[in-house]
Amino acid sequence: MSNVIGIGASPKRKEDQRFLTGRGNYVSDIKRPGMTAGVFVRSPHGHAVLRGIDKSAALASPGVIAVLTGDDVKADGLGSLPCGWGISDAKGVPMKEPPFPMLAQGKVRFVGDMVAFVVAETPEQADVAAELLAVDYEVLPSVVGVLEAVRPGAPQLFDDVPNNICCDWELGDKAAVESAFKKAAHVAKLSLVNNRLIGNPMEPRAAIAEYEPGTDRFTLWTTSQFPHVVRFLMGALVLNIPQHKLRVVAPDVGGGFGVKQFHYGEEAVITWAARRVKRPIKWVASRSEGYVSDRHGRDHVTEAELALDETGKFLAFRVNTLANMGGYLSTFGPNIPTNLYAPLLGGVYTTPAIYCNVKVVFTNTVPVDAYRGAGRPEATFVLERMVDVAASEMGIDRVEIRRRNMIPKEAYPYQTPVLVQYDSGDPMGCLDGALVAADVKNFGIRKAASASKGKFRGLGYSTYVEACGLAPSRFAGRLGARGGLYESATVRVHPTGQVTVMIGTHNHGQGHETTFAQIVSEKLGVAFENVDIVFGDTDRVQFGMGTYGSRSLVVGGAALSKATDKVIAKGKKIAAHLLEAAEVDIQFEAGKFAVAGTDRVKSFEEIAGAAYVPHNYPLEVLEPGLEEQAYYDPVNFTYPGGCHIAEVEVDPETGTVTLVNYTAVDDVGTVINPMIVEGQLHGGIVQGVGQALFENAVYDEGSGQLLSGSLMDYCMPRADHMPMMNVATHSTLCTHTPMGVKGCGEVGTIGSPAAVINAVVDALSHLGVTHVDMPATPNRIWRLLQNASLPVAAE
Amino acid sequence: MQISFTLNGRPTTVEAAPATLVSELLREQLHLTGTHIGCDTSQCGACVVHLDGLPVKSCTLLAPALDGATLLTIEGLQGAPGSNQMHPMQEAFREHHGLQCGFCTPGMLMTAVALAAEKPDLTEADVRHGLEGNICRCTGYQNIVISVMAGAAAMNAAKGE
Repeated sequence: MSNVIGIGASPKRKEDQRFLTGRGNYVSDIKRPGMTAGVFVRSPHGHAVLRGIDKSAALASPGVIAVLTGDDVKADGLGSLPCGWGISDAKGVPMKEPPFPMLAQGKVRFVGDMVAFVVAETPEQADVAAELLAVDYEVLPSVVGVLEAVRPGAPQLFDDVPNNICCDWELGDKAAVESAFKKAAHVAKLSLVNNRLIGNPMEPRAAIAEYEPGTDRFTLWTTSQFPHVVRFLMGALVLNIPQHKLRVVAPDVGGGFGVKQFHYGEEAVITWAARRVKRPIKWVASRSEGYVSDRHGRDHVTEAELALDETGKFLAFRVNTLANMGGYLSTFGPNIPTNLYAPLLGGVYTTPAIYCNVKVVFTNTVPVDAYRGAGRPEATFVLERMVDVAASEMGIDRVEIRRRNMIPKEAYPYQTPVLVQYDSGDPMGCLDGALVAADVKNFGIRKAASASKGKFRGLGYSTYVEACGLAPSRFAGRLGARGGLYESATVRVHPTGQVTVMIGTHNHGQGHETTFAQIVSEKLGVAFENVDIVFGDTDRVQFGMGTYGSRSLVVGGAALSKATDKVIAKGKKIAAHLLEAAEVDIQFEAGKFAVAGTDRVKSFEEIAGAAYVPHNYPLEVLEPGLEEQAYYDPVNFTYPGGCHIAEVEVDPETGTVTLVNYTAVDDVGTVINPMIVEGQLHGGIVQGVGQALFENAVYDEGSGQLLSGSLMDYCMPRADHMPMMNVATHSTLCTHTPMGVKGCGEVGTIGSPAAVINAVVDALSHLGVTHVDMPATPNRIWRLLQNASLPVAAE
Repeated sequence: MQISFTLNGRPTTVEAAPATLVSELLREQLHLTGTHIGCDTSQCGACVVHLDGLPVKSCTLLAPALDGATLLTIEGLQGAPGSNQMHPMQEAFREHHGLQCGFCTPGMLMTAVALAAEKPDLTEADVRHGLEGNICRCTGYQNIVISVMAGAAAMNAAKGE
């Protein structure tokens, strides 16, 4: 067939035409007949008793249709926002799981907590009425930091959650770790903070809800990464809407990064309100509103210790972390700093004993949940900083100490002491590739050149491994998942041989419309332009768990691959009939069904036509039509890994850190579309660089006010913050996914923060600096240099 | 008040309250939703349009400023006037994977076209500096910078023909 574009090619993206010409279809672009406007009234206090709400002035305001509060939610007997994971402590005691009402009841627990929803004819009228809502708060002291929250006497968020501890969780063999520490020749220690981040997809969240009284059906358009999960959680657990009466549509979505993979209270409130007012309602968040309501990420305080023998071999690793959950448990909240963190503390090393304790803590801040990488960047940061500290203390070269501890390629599959078994990998190969690509051997020359300009130059390494392709359902269930984590795909072959794929993952920048079409084009031998991918609509797509955890290609792509296999299998039956041959003699290759060893052939299009015009067709044994569906539940996580090398220059006069070179060699398994994979790596790396150098969500202790509440206070990476990155892949194949793919969406964000900070510490190590917390802002570096009280001018 | 201006090459007259932002006017009244709103502090650049040939953030502009002016939005960006061809900058973004989710893309393109028009021999540093007012969260900017360089070169080549 002509125009087959398969695995390994880089066709230009199918989705680009509409985005380049301003014809995307984002939620905020949609208008419905008779549409009204909704506005949320949010708590201005971090912590307060809600003594009463007087609606009268707001209701009397022009154009107002409804004002709804927590009392109305209670009166309607609606459910709490559900948490999708239930973790337990070492004794098996389940986590504390206080209710998370969709509109606050009794108390508010963070600035931005939703207090009321105002519906009016226009957004301006809704805004005016929202200002008129009289809310009587009794303000309480807030606690925003994890260290402060667990101290005796700290403000308590919930009456039945002593010391604000949701769960005191652990993983690993504590006794084995203790005994290894006793035998250690050296113990390296490190205290660090993993800074709180705000995802900031460029499209703010938005939703439109509509109720049709004639059919008793609801439609919710929402900026979601997983519309089917929203339908289930909201319909079945919050609003009691039967699944068949609820349609959830997530059209074009302007970036997610995890921020849009939760079921948010706004979705439930607007859908509930649409039935009450019997008109469509639209809500679009402002960016400022997003800062105090989009789920935040990271926010750990950690103490780590590494035990080593006299040669620098790692004997045991012990990590104690306090993880911030914010004011309530979000959809994946408690899973992130536990199951997606501790199992990755082995990294690419052979550390035989690991123990990790995580205290999951409530505070008066926005709920914390998954943000690109989710748990794995935190694990990588602790481990890779720790390795540098140990190397420095023992006087061993940083690359050499990594080599001495790396899992050799031939040791895979490799069982770690912390649950996970890596199926494949070649960390040494990634390291070697990165050392060459980063021109490490000439670093000394570059460092001297920087010194001659009065600048300090540093080089930083980070290796990493992550667990993605979420997830084997049975395994996840044992860890506390309350849902399945498979994916589904339907391949609909039209009578003309063109193909429409319905898939349960969601495309919001990842290029699925292109990558998935390449898989179908290759497998079925149909032209690339004759394949379209449908996603993001529960009425059009059978089912799906959505896009997060680098799962779309790994799990969704596998379901798609399975469904195409079923199409081929049915096609062979049809071809056997038409060609009057035995089914076992039919071979399918390059879009043609042939009788082996003969020139008797039917094209894919002919078989599709026969399936829909079944005049000459084995109707007694085979149904007409050519459409197949497959579900795929993975047998293991996938384990992408790699090595990142960052090179920075520090200006001692101003404390400014400039990233001057960045090299990444990543093992992502089979690459379907190299252009798209490279784009994912670029974007991921810069988000990690953002964490390392610029981004920080800062709360005021006591008042609970978010101090970094806009793009003017929260520094996002800009084009001139970055050099040209040098990215490459060094792939080993995943042994258990159909195409050998491992996933690439998060690797950049996982590998980069440690590489950058290790480079900054290296640049300053001659001044006695052993650690720098993120973000390494000019202010922070400048203060560090002043405190070092050493000559800052490089000679 | 009544406001008359040229919108994507066509004479247009609208009734709008003086406090209407141009970004709102385009999206809500004129149904041109390619101009995006990504923030409320004029930082993100998703709403950049050309006013009399110069790039402006339409969220900082009130509707009366349009009276008598010429406005170009992403929907009006094209190759040869009246053609169905994309502008060389749009082609360059597709060729070099200069977009992912597409939300910042209209503003990026409008800024990029203006940058290239202003300075024919753009360097990488010029492009990175010139894009400071446009935030992208997906691409890490690398492919955007490559796209803008290539698009600018194509615009120059077209001018020379």
